[in-house]
Amino acid sequence: MSTYTPPLQDSTFVLDQLIGLDQLCQDLNLDEVNSDLAGVVIEEAGKLAADVLAPLNIVGDHNGPKVSDGKVLETAGFADAYQQFVENGWATLTGPEAFGGQALPNVLGTAVNEMWHSANMAFGLCPLLSQGSVEALIAHGSETLQQQYLPHLISGEWTGTMNLTEPNAGSDLAAVAAKAVRDGDHYKISGQKIFITWGDHQMASNIVHLVLARLPDAPAGVKGISLFVVPKFLLDEQGQPGDQNDVCCISLEHKLGIHGSPTCVMSFGDNGGATGYLVGEENKGLNYMFTMMNHARQSVGLQGLSISERAYQQALQYSQERFQGSNPDGSKAAIINHPDVRRMLMAMKSGNEAMRALALSAAADIDRAHHGDAESKKRVEFYTPIVKGWMTELSQELTSLNIQVHGGMGFIEETGAAQHYRDARILPIYEGTTGIQALDLIGRKTLFDKGAALTQLQTDIQATVELLNSAKNTELNALGSKLGKALSKSQAASQWLLENAASDKQLMGNVSVDNLMMMGYLTGGWLIAKSALLADQLSSEENNYGSPFLNAKVATADFFADHYLPRVGQHAETILSGLKSTFAIDIDLL
Amino acid sequence: MKILVAVKRVIDYNAKVRVKTDNTDVDLTNTKMAINPFCEIAVEEAVRLKESGTASETIAVSVGPKSCQEQIRTALALGMDRGIQIETEDSPESLSVAKLLAKVVAEEQPDLIIMGKQAIDSDNNQTGQMLAALSGIPQATFASEMKIEDGKAVVTREVDGGLQTVAIDLPAVVTTDLRLNEPRYASLPNIMKAKRKPLAVKTPDELGVEMKQHTKLLKVAPPAERQAGVMVNSIDELLEKLQSEAKVI
Repeated sequence: MSTYTPPLQDSTFVLDQLIGLDQLCQDLNLDEVNSDLAGVVIEEAGKLAADVLAPLNIVGDHNGPKVSDGKVLETAGFADAYQQFVENGWATLTGPEAFGGQALPNVLGTAVNEMWHSANMAFGLCPLLSQGSVEALIAHGSETLQQQYLPHLISGEWTGTMNLTEPNAGSDLAAVAAKAVRDGDHYKISGQKIFITWGDHQMASNIVHLVLARLPDAPAGVKGISLFVVPKFLLDEQGQPGDQNDVCCISLEHKLGIHGSPTCVMSFGDNGGATGYLVGEENKGLNYMFTMMNHARQSVGLQGLSISERAYQQALQYSQERFQGSNPDGSKAAIINHPDVRRMLMAMKSGNEAMRALALSAAADIDRAHHGDAESKKRVEFYTPIVKGWMTELSQELTSLNIQVHGGMGFIEETGAAQHYRDARILPIYEGTTGIQALDLIGRKTLFDKGAALTQLQTDIQATVELLNSAKNTELNALGSKLGKALSKSQAASQWLLENAASDKQLMGNVSVDNLMMMGYLTGGWLIAKSALLADQLSSEENNYGSPFLNAKVATADFFADHYLPRVGQHAETILSGLKSTFAIDIDLL
Repeated sequence: MKILVAVKRVIDYNAKVRVKTDNTDVDLTNTKMAINPFCEIAVEEAVRLKESGTASETIAVSVGPKSCQEQIRTALALGMDRGIQIETEDSPESLSVAKLLAKVVAEEQPDLIIMGKQAIDSDNNQTGQMLAALSGIPQATFASEMKIEDGKAVVTREVDGGLQTVAIDLPAVVTTDLRLNEPRYASLPNIMKAKRKPLAVKTPDELGVEMKQHTKLLKVAPPAERQAGVMVNSIDELLEKLQSEAKVI
């Protein structure tokens, strides 16, 4: 079984050096938060992740939840772990103080979330969904709803869900058909929702469902969808869970991965209608969902890093324990000594470190944006589809490499390598598929502002290229030249897209994923190169990291530049081809 | 009732121990450090006594350079009330630590001092016993169970032949064995509160202790690397090897 070691040193390096956590906290007026505190928070969360959650990961995979009589019984051991998670206050990390939260910055919450999901992604989804509900209620809930629900959701005593998808409404939410009927001060909700993550379980005393539904007189399409709070148990006069609401789980999906997470078919209103309370105003539900989109999508992108980190650690461990072939002196060789295995490990390590740099940079921009920084807001908008799309796509490759390092032992289930690969497969799908992210990036985030946010990013990358080029360390000069080359290739493709794609919807959709991946490798390559630059600067002064770590950072960035940055040019070339061949043949010839 | 707990900064038990190339010491550069696990058990016991209402105040004290404040903060995050750091160079020997702690005991007048039975770096198992002697108070070492009753500590000790239960008058020194309790994880609210808890810094001078080194570290060598095993063909061959090669029979 694979163990999990929290990547404390790299997380701390990215937070303290790349993000500049101390400065960020000052800018956010968080007087009591600094890198020392963040270090302790990460370390202590890491202990719970490694000791309590990680061992349950494979248990959840083998013994998924069961449903009977409309009740879901989660994997044995999960409830105790969840209770420990809640008792130790981890659910409260980023919640506002007014409702019992610790009000720590999102970037720190993100570093901690990385560890929950590495340890046990199926488990981690439960608090993740609660965070989403919290955000929705903070942004749009009435004061009454906030007072009733937020303290319990933030403490983790109750959990939250998102009920969007229906059999005929997946990526296209305009087709939502669940009904809401006004009934005095509340609404009666009925309909079926599918793919509801942690839709039911016995780990918490109540579950707060956020449900999209349509009023009888609502306009058709996306402008007629409203958002409701539907608690599993209606609140009594003391605000405590009382009578069972008219909602239950009627079945669980059988899935490729994340077996430990109950994916529920939820039925609302089988006995006359589930009592629901309107969030915000009628018919604005979809807008409300979009305000949570950046955080939710970045969280899924982060899961791409988490699962790849866990897969990497397993590959690293196995490659040192498995002996095949010989060393030059005739002794048996651990496979880590074979060049191709080493290449795969470096591909995983460098990919993970680039993703961590991007995920935490984007998370810090969310903090700055919430604090009113307009530039950061634009950057968050631009980063979000890249974090979600590129990181989850890269996680497919990296978790597959773990299986490859294991060889045949990875293809059989006993080693657990396959679990990470299967678990990762949902990531490019839920919370908006890669195709949706790619359209978002090229349409709303690039063409819509005529490339303004893109140009700003290119300017920032160029600045790093210049710093690398003028550094004393020749390794950094080489890195600067590789990054500069990738940047200019991407610029040519981006420029061409700006000139041609706005007027041609088919072209836009056709090259959108290449554009997404191109921007992903470029941004990841930039941030890991920037990390190398900082590591090089630090190595000449007294520091907490030590020269092995700092030198490794430079070498890892260099590997990324050789291994992944050329893909920027490849995607650029594909974009410039215009991909006319995609639609060249008729459907009946496919 | 006031409880004093001593905590030591040591290499994290998960970290791989490296020896310096010149064999002068263990190489601790950029190695992950943590509270000595036995000291963590002592902290847990003190926090439980506070939670059950038996103790009114708990103090964590550590001896070493400024970096050991990290371990004091960890103890505070686990629920201790305040901290004291006694600023010294790295690795003072047990007797010096005991003398420093004896001064703190004289100042603070705790009713109970809980310490780890030993630290996982030097495995000396001395400081608790020395402190009890220097302070002229009773001691119960290797505790696997402890109760406070009628002004006494009733301590079950893990001794070679089994378990021994003793009742000692307070104030006293109790040193912890592994089975005394299972330490908790620090909770986020306590981590946040820990920043605001007082942490005083004292020097050996202020405490009137002269730091002396009675022992000298001559050499540190890693254990010999394990050799690969061999298959033997007969019991006779095995006996022969045990006799002539392994020299164990």
